[in-house]
Amino acid sequence: MNLSGQENDRLLAALRGLLAAKNLVSTAEIAERIAATDRASPAQGAAMVARAWTDAAFRARLLADGARAAEEFGIMMRGAPPLGVLENVPGLHHLVVCTLCSCYPRAVLGYPPFWYKSVAYRARAVRDPRGVLAEWGTTLPEGTRIRVVDSTADYRWMVLPRRPDGTEGWDEAALAALVREGDMVGVTQPRLP
Amino acid sequence: MSEFAPTVFPAGARVRVRLDWPEQRGPAHIRTPHYVRGREGTVLRPLGRFANPEDLAFAREAAILPLYHVRFEQRALWPEATEGDEVVVEIFGPWLETA
Amino acid sequence: MPEEDAARPRAHHDLGGVAQYLCEPVDQSAHSLTDFDREVDALRQVLGQKGIMTVDELRRGIEAIPEAEYLRLGYYQRWLRSITAILLEKGVVGEAELAAALAVEQ
Repeated sequence: MNLSGQENDRLLAALRGLLAAKNLVSTAEIAERIAATDRASPAQGAAMVARAWTDAAFRARLLADGARAAEEFGIMMRGAPPLGVLENVPGLHHLVVCTLCSCYPRAVLGYPPFWYKSVAYRARAVRDPRGVLAEWGTTLPEGTRIRVVDSTADYRWMVLPRRPDGTEGWDEAALAALVREGDMVGVTQPRLP
Repeated sequence: MSEFAPTVFPAGARVRVRLDWPEQRGPAHIRTPHYVRGREGTVLRPLGRFANPEDLAFAREAAILPLYHVRFEQRALWPEATEGDEVVVEIFGPWLETA
Repeated sequence: MPEEDAARPRAHHDLGGVAQYLCEPVDQSAHSLTDFDREVDALRQVLGQKGIMTVDELRRGIEAIPEAEYLRLGYYQRWLRSITAILLEKGVVGEAELAAALAVEQ
């Protein structure tokens, strides 16, 4: 089969029709799933990061078991893969990639961004992480090691970035607003606006 | 591979990833990336036990296997890498042997 | 085929460190998902929840797409291609009924 965009729409409609007629997958079930998936977004991960920056006990729980910590935020983790949280500390920076497909901590960050799924990112992040970070304008303090985490199996990985200097006394909401999608993958670091 | 009796590797164990290309022998679904096969690394920590994706991919009854987070020096994989940089990969027990 | 690839006969989806892409910049532009993308994504999730196909079967089906097609197709087009192949393989849907349903959608 060699399908154009329109043909893909037809194939999807045909499959959905057959699966509905067989009482296997209904239109309502698809709509429900889309709504549930759309609810996940980087704002959830950012809220977890901000809590970890301001609450040492939560930070410890997050690092020990990311999925259980996410549930404290009302994020539904049952049926989702285990969530590992990688803490950036002075001297060590993490970068997450999936070289085999596109494994991503969707439950806490939402759909993976387009670049994360691209051939160039998948090929390069693991071998040329410094070149990739440079494309994002990310510079690390001298002497910082990079640990690339290739998400190959059953875990999903999220980076706990370093809290930027100059944010002492900020509340959780203000801190969460600093944290972007790329910070939790490791291509960028939170910075003051 | 599903009948393999797994060795248990503790954190810190030196391991070598088997140099094997099952995808050359027929339909296969392999989660061990090509670039670590035949390479030596260090177990960061065991991650638990999970159903073997090599079986799940064919709807076969899946063995429950130990999964490890294994750290490789990037220099050991690619000569141009920056000294000290690392790659960490999730690898199932049957792919690992003591180095 | 570059020498390093000849010595390490990787599958084409196994992209980590592959030399031919090392000089390719990462396209950082935002791409919003289409209705098609969301529907395929949701369909796969529901099929998984119901035990009709696993995520590993999805991946195997994607990996079975020949390399030129794999690189040409959009992300969720690969998914749909794989879902269709796996459902046909498992007999969840039949070739003839799919052909008939496609004709109706014409």
